[in-house]
Amino acid sequence: MKEQSNTSFTLSPAVLEYIDKWKDKPGNLIMTLHKVQEEYGYVPRSAALQLTELLDIPLAKIYGVLTFYHLFKLKKPGKYLIQVCIGTACYLNGGEDILQELEHILGIGVNQTTPDELFSIEAVRCIGCCGLSPVMNINGEIFGKLKKEDLAKIIAQYTK
Amino acid sequence: MTETKMIKAKINDIPVEVPAGTTILDAARKIHVNIPTLCKHPDLNATAGCGICIVKVKGSNKLLRSCCTDISEGMEVTTHDSEIIQVRKTVLELILSNHPDDCLHCGRNTNCELQNLAAHFVIRGVPFHTYKNSLPKDFSTGNIVLVPNKCILCGRCVDVCQNIQNVWALNFVGRGISTRIAPAGDILLADSPCVRCGQCAAHCPTGAIVEYDNTYDVWHALHDKDKYCIVQIAPAVRVAIGEAFGYEPGELLTNKLYAVLKKLGFKTVFDTNFSADVTIIEEATEFVSRFTTGGTLPLITSCCPSWVDFMEKYQIDMIDHFSTCKSPQQMMGALTKTYFAEKEGIDPKKIFMVSIMPCTAKKYEISRTKDMSASGIQDTDAVLTTRELSRMIKQSGIDFKNLPGDDPDHIMGDYSGAGTIFAATGGVMEAAIRTAYHYVTGENLKDVNVEAVRGLKGVKEGVIDIKGTKVKVAVAHGLGNVEYVLNKVKEAKLKGEEPPYHFIEVMACPGGCVGGGGQPYGVTDYLRTERAAGIYKDDVDQEIRCSHDNPMIKKLYQEYLGEPGSKKAHHLLHTHYEPKPVYIK
Repeated sequence: MKEQSNTSFTLSPAVLEYIDKWKDKPGNLIMTLHKVQEEYGYVPRSAALQLTELLDIPLAKIYGVLTFYHLFKLKKPGKYLIQVCIGTACYLNGGEDILQELEHILGIGVNQTTPDELFSIEAVRCIGCCGLSPVMNINGEIFGKLKKEDLAKIIAQYTK
Repeated sequence: MTETKMIKAKINDIPVEVPAGTTILDAARKIHVNIPTLCKHPDLNATAGCGICIVKVKGSNKLLRSCCTDISEGMEVTTHDSEIIQVRKTVLELILSNHPDDCLHCGRNTNCELQNLAAHFVIRGVPFHTYKNSLPKDFSTGNIVLVPNKCILCGRCVDVCQNIQNVWALNFVGRGISTRIAPAGDILLADSPCVRCGQCAAHCPTGAIVEYDNTYDVWHALHDKDKYCIVQIAPAVRVAIGEAFGYEPGELLTNKLYAVLKKLGFKTVFDTNFSADVTIIEEATEFVSRFTTGGTLPLITSCCPSWVDFMEKYQIDMIDHFSTCKSPQQMMGALTKTYFAEKEGIDPKKIFMVSIMPCTAKKYEISRTKDMSASGIQDTDAVLTTRELSRMIKQSGIDFKNLPGDDPDHIMGDYSGAGTIFAATGGVMEAAIRTAYHYVTGENLKDVNVEAVRGLKGVKEGVIDIKGTKVKVAVAHGLGNVEYVLNKVKEAKLKGEEPPYHFIEVMACPGGCVGGGGQPYGVTDYLRTERAAGIYKDDVDQEIRCSHDNPMIKKLYQEYLGEPGSKKAHHLLHTHYEPKPVYIK
């Protein structure tokens, strides 16, 4: 029983090649979903629909997995993904205030994206540099010992 | 055959002997000890979701879930003591801490497994912090309503939708406290693969999935002086409605139903069994024609709207195999607004055609395609499930038990035994065989009972001997059983071999319509068997057992339709099918 998708979306050759390799192995679904997210930054619905055909797995099952693990994103993140650490050290040193201030500046909440698709905010667990707390990570660039007052300036660098 | 090992154990000091692999829950039931559960259903796998069924086992310091613990040799089980009851009460209170307490506004009020347990355990409040969801209701299908706030996450609907029906419309979405039952990605149910069979609603222990109630639309029409209200009752309704009024399961209440419908204000009462006879005339003609002229075989029955919807989504290469015959409901609708209206001089626009069905998908079928308006206007106006009709009778104050029986309106109310057995899995096949045999040989079968296609086995196969010609048939019920049959057909096709079957019957619901998604709650194989027994009794009680012998059917063709399969018959009684995407979004 195959589910047919009604979109013209086609997965990239890199993903298709990966699926070929994993198709008949146990755990193929979660591995493929990781690959799709790596490729697109999230798992678009049209990609999930195509996976139902390629892996012969019902979409309901795919979404069961996608929504069980927090790591998978169903919406396209902004160009800059701001990850604010709320691990124990950062939390105690004001991580929550940093988060609130960012929400205030960007006008969006956690797990949301600005309308211009430039920024997304995420609250994450310890990213392993407690000495710099409170800390945030924008597309791999780390900002430590943050103060609320610094944030507007940092954000402004990315909007140029 | 290897002999199953028997296990000897004790439950509440009562010795019990059961086959290896029996759960404590089932072993207890065998000795009439009822362990309460909210998630385990006899049709379905144990999910260990609710925690109500916990028991004590000697030697274990843990409480074990009896639904998913097999009984073992020498085991000593205690199912009820003051501590177990206290724990069950606490589990219930925890479940209720995130369940709405608006029972009075709920579709399952007075008929809810959770409400019953809350009553038995004397719940007078919840001692915990409450966490109530505020998820939206989903009315999108117009026949199945999802009320996610009332879901206790037992998983029954998911199991039945995925594993019994193979539809995969529902799954658990999210995790932890935000887990919910929803179609993939929180889309609307109408945009999902849902085929509206209603088995989710039939198995739900609470009011989280219910039918869309149309009783007030019907009351409104009955009250409207400009409307001429006509009703038809499906075969499976007559053996199930009694359950709502304290009758034994399977009690045949046909004449009481005619009487109560007249009392409710319907001017004319027809029987879907009559139009089932019409379906047989058309479908047997179609089968014999395909069989003798080398048409597409196997022919597959199409009177189940959930099966039609499933095929249009999942089995599009089978479209040519489908019988073009409409279902009995739709044939009755079309004939009422043409044949009957013309005969009686009634403006068909004034007719309000209601059907009483064991089925939630029938609500969808009435506007499935333009073909469902063969009379020029929609042929069937409203559908009530058996459950809705029982509510309407209770609203009306009619004393159903003491009501004397009545007759239907004979012109489209008289039926043969073949018409009534449509209610049970294999019935359409059996009815069609009785008439196809006659069409091929000019004689009636000496024994019209076709035992090979009866019973609750998921797939039934048989060979019917029509005076030397072997007709191979298969019957599947529960959509999950279809794949086995169709794969055999596809395999043969691929290899260029003779088809493995000539005729296939499919009903979406396990047991056929007697186990339909709109029937009284609590369906199990016991109820399916009892209801089917009532139907086969109705068949035997009929003087006329074959559709083609029904004098009112002969009259219909003589006076109105002409020959079976005529142009007029095709216009009114046949339809077509189109491939559909599994997901609309």
